[in-house]
Amino acid sequence: METLERIIAEHPFFADLDHGFTALMVGCASNVRFKRGDYIFHEGDPADTFYLIREGTVAVEIFAPQHDPIVIATLAEGEILGWSWLLPPYQWKHQARALDNVRAIALDGKCLREKCEQNHDLGYEVLKRFARIIEQRLESTRLQLIDVYAAK
Amino acid sequence: MATALAIDPMLSQSYLVREVSKETPDTFTLRLAPDAGSNGSGFQPGQFSMLWVFGVGELPISISGDPAEHDQLVYTVRSVGQATNALVTRAVGEGVGVRGPFGNGWPLQAARGRDVIVVAGGIGLAPLRPVIYEVLNHREDYGRLVVLYGARSPRDLLYRKELAAWARQRETQVLVTVDYGGMSWRGHVGVVTTLFKYARLKPTRSVAMVCGPEIMMRFVTRELENCGLSRSDIYLSMERNMKCALGFCGHCQYGPHFICKDGPVFPYEQLRTLLEKYEL
Repeated sequence: METLERIIAEHPFFADLDHGFTALMVGCASNVRFKRGDYIFHEGDPADTFYLIREGTVAVEIFAPQHDPIVIATLAEGEILGWSWLLPPYQWKHQARALDNVRAIALDGKCLREKCEQNHDLGYEVLKRFARIIEQRLESTRLQLIDVYAAK
Repeated sequence: MATALAIDPMLSQSYLVREVSKETPDTFTLRLAPDAGSNGSGFQPGQFSMLWVFGVGELPISISGDPAEHDQLVYTVRSVGQATNALVTRAVGEGVGVRGPFGNGWPLQAARGRDVIVVAGGIGLAPLRPVIYEVLNHREDYGRLVVLYGARSPRDLLYRKELAAWARQRETQVLVTVDYGGMSWRGHVGVVTTLFKYARLKPTRSVAMVCGPEIMMRFVTRELENCGLSRSDIYLSMERNMKCALGFCGHCQYGPHFICKDGPVFPYEQLRTLLEKYEL
């Protein structure tokens, strides 16, 4: 049986993370599953978790009244879902829906924030990794906004 | 190597519309067959023709069909103006003038024995479709085929049935994404560069062929380099305002190159600095 520590260590988001840090994070981690169509979180809900996706695909959506939700990105195996747990007011800005049956590792944001406060080396490692993801997603969003395929 | 032109390249050959099929709300695929007395024409994947709608105008269109089919030429055209609209509204049996094929085509010889990475955005899949046919028709001559395709929305995806069929071929990975997905879209949402993390690439034994809007190609080349591909193994297909298609008129000049004659396919190495020039 795979241990949580090993799963976290092998997830691409935490590739090459110091073994001691992985061990610290295990205390904040748990296995979770979502069925196809389940909402993982809703906009405005407290953001107290983030997810390492192990299997399945998740749609990140923006809720629009009297309109179908707008899918702004999909995330799959090897990716992470959610960074609103990092900064106040710790509320989800979007909603996330499982497009397939999804298996993930949930990391308790409050627990991890406390460990990061106590161990700034861990905090710096975590922030560096999130900053990279945020930078990649910002670039993708900019490209989406340019609407490069529109007829000129 | 370009197919030799047996006739005066400034003279159109008469072709008849055999079939027009709707790909997306504004994009159509035309199958043209040579009229009696016209010579049929082979082509290299990546080449283009000048299509003339009598009384309306002439425009450069990439050939999007199977190079193994010698009895017809296939073009996928997005209706964005008077000439393209006239072309896609031709009825079966009506005539179209065809000059060409022109240009150099994709480096399939250099790709033999190697993995082929096809990265397309929007209608950029049309000039790359002959590459996919060629690889699948000669499967033993190539390594893995990886197709990464991005479009604006699900309804803007070209060749949807073929994409699904290609994905079922051995040694082939097809990944499709859209910039905007609705609730009914079950596939990936995000720009084409987000597909790279799912692609199974062997950078040192791959050749990449890229076609799409120039902004997209700039970001894709960056991503290919990040994945470990050498610049000399990346090829781009460029588009400019081709008129004579023979390098005489200068309309399609791009830095020191004429897109019609020296391209439309170029090694990335040759274009890298030009792609960053605002004036071009």
